[in-house]
Amino acid sequence: MKKVLMKGNEAIAEGALTAGCIAFFGYPITPSSEIAEYMARKFPLLGGTFVQAESELAAISMVYGGASTGFRVMTATSGPGISLKSEGISFLAEAELPCLIVNISRGGPGLGGIQPAQSDYWQATRGGGHGDFQIIVLAPSSVQEMLDFAMEAFDLADKYRIPVMVMAEGTLGQMMEPVIPREKVTQFIGKPWAINGCKDRKPNIVNTLHLSPEFLEERNHVLGDKYKVIKANEQRAETYWTEDADLVVVAFGLMSRIVKKAVMEVRKRGHKVGLIRPITLWPFPVEHIKKAAETAKMFLSVEISMGQMVDDVRLAVNGKAPVEFYGRIGMIPSPEEIADQIIKLAEREGF
Amino acid sequence: MDSEKQVLFAGFGGQGVLSMGKFLTYAAMGAGKNVSWLPAYGAEMRGGTANCLVTIADDEISSPLTEHPGMAIIMNRPSLDRFEGKIKKNGTLVINSSLVDRLPQREDLNVFQMPVNQIADEMGSPKGANMLLLGACLQKTGVVTVEQALEHFGIIFKGKKESIIEKNREAFLAGVQYAKENW
Repeated sequence: MKKVLMKGNEAIAEGALTAGCIAFFGYPITPSSEIAEYMARKFPLLGGTFVQAESELAAISMVYGGASTGFRVMTATSGPGISLKSEGISFLAEAELPCLIVNISRGGPGLGGIQPAQSDYWQATRGGGHGDFQIIVLAPSSVQEMLDFAMEAFDLADKYRIPVMVMAEGTLGQMMEPVIPREKVTQFIGKPWAINGCKDRKPNIVNTLHLSPEFLEERNHVLGDKYKVIKANEQRAETYWTEDADLVVVAFGLMSRIVKKAVMEVRKRGHKVGLIRPITLWPFPVEHIKKAAETAKMFLSVEISMGQMVDDVRLAVNGKAPVEFYGRIGMIPSPEEIADQIIKLAEREGF
Repeated sequence: MDSEKQVLFAGFGGQGVLSMGKFLTYAAMGAGKNVSWLPAYGAEMRGGTANCLVTIADDEISSPLTEHPGMAIIMNRPSLDRFEGKIKKNGTLVINSSLVDRLPQREDLNVFQMPVNQIADEMGSPKGANMLLLGACLQKTGVVTVEQALEHFGIIFKGKKESIIEKNREAFLAGVQYAKENW
């Protein structure tokens, strides 16, 4: 199909529509609002449902209701909105309801600012809400991936009956790049658990209140086992030049492209530097990092935060090499700035 | 990386700075290049200064962001003050001299000036100022050729009235002419 120039936020909305999403429930917040605007324009023409809810809590509860019927539904917001939706996300996780949740992230804590950030990493990868649960988190790095990952998110959500988050820095939502549209999805997996009328069958029940401690424990084991399967099967990352790298830089999202340019520059100057770009933030690509840790002498996590993913890098490296951190908050470090940091580190260590 | 060009557009909100960038992005995409358009969003959108960065490359674009663009198109004085020091060494600086009351301090830059608002007013097309300057820039630098840009006018202005498209085209071509005569 012919390339179309799109904003990242529009691409993610278009990806959701292509994947067969039929309803959007949300509450606008910069820098994510174009997603809601796009859906508000499209759904009346397509026969879908757009609701601007009275609050984030209402929006996520509508997602719960919509997902219970077995249809593909979504919401989108930014970090402060995810905080408000976290109660609902916990409910969705326990009810095992597939859905797409988008975080076009900005800097916090509190109301913070509206500039791009990656400081919702912990919130996204540690579940965010109460109880023992995880959600799958995908981190696109281009406008094309905004579209593609929205589609992939719905597939993963249906496959594992789990909420899936696509998390991208605000910049990625706001910037434009050419995008190749995809074929519309028309085949969906069966959802025998859905609440869609129980004529001639026993009613399905979607519920998260389990007052029997034995049953509650059983439920947690069901979820825990599922998370183990996802961890085993769905770790995704891209690796560049890690085979001979003394220093391996780890970065995700749009940040990873900026780092890639810096790494390319630094390699030209004779330093053996590689890059690992986690695509799934949960499950974290432990295997990719482990493999690199067999030969790398040092790791560097570069994030638009005070240092959050660096925890996961350290866990994956498991003491085999030192793990350093470089980050900015409130602004994106430039390729030149990161190249300087890498060279400083390489020269200090004699790489 | 030499085949990658990054152009910064900066000015007041309302001067059509983001549109200039979008125009170039569309035109370059139409010419078969890889492109990205990255706006400064936030306080800029809510009045004050606006800027966007366009990256054009033959290959895949790694970073759509840079601290040091090769070319800057500056529509007002605050933008010159903010970005003059950031432009790549020996880079290109294009200035709207109607709203910039000083010369650049750096000596390594290729500088082109044009009293954009004055010419636009004389043409009776004050809103066409951005297209005037863009036309002149493309004529001079060939980031995208003038012909390639003209081919995509219809697509870029899709949904706009024919009279508005025509006004923009006139302004664009006047800019092309200005560059031919003065730069």
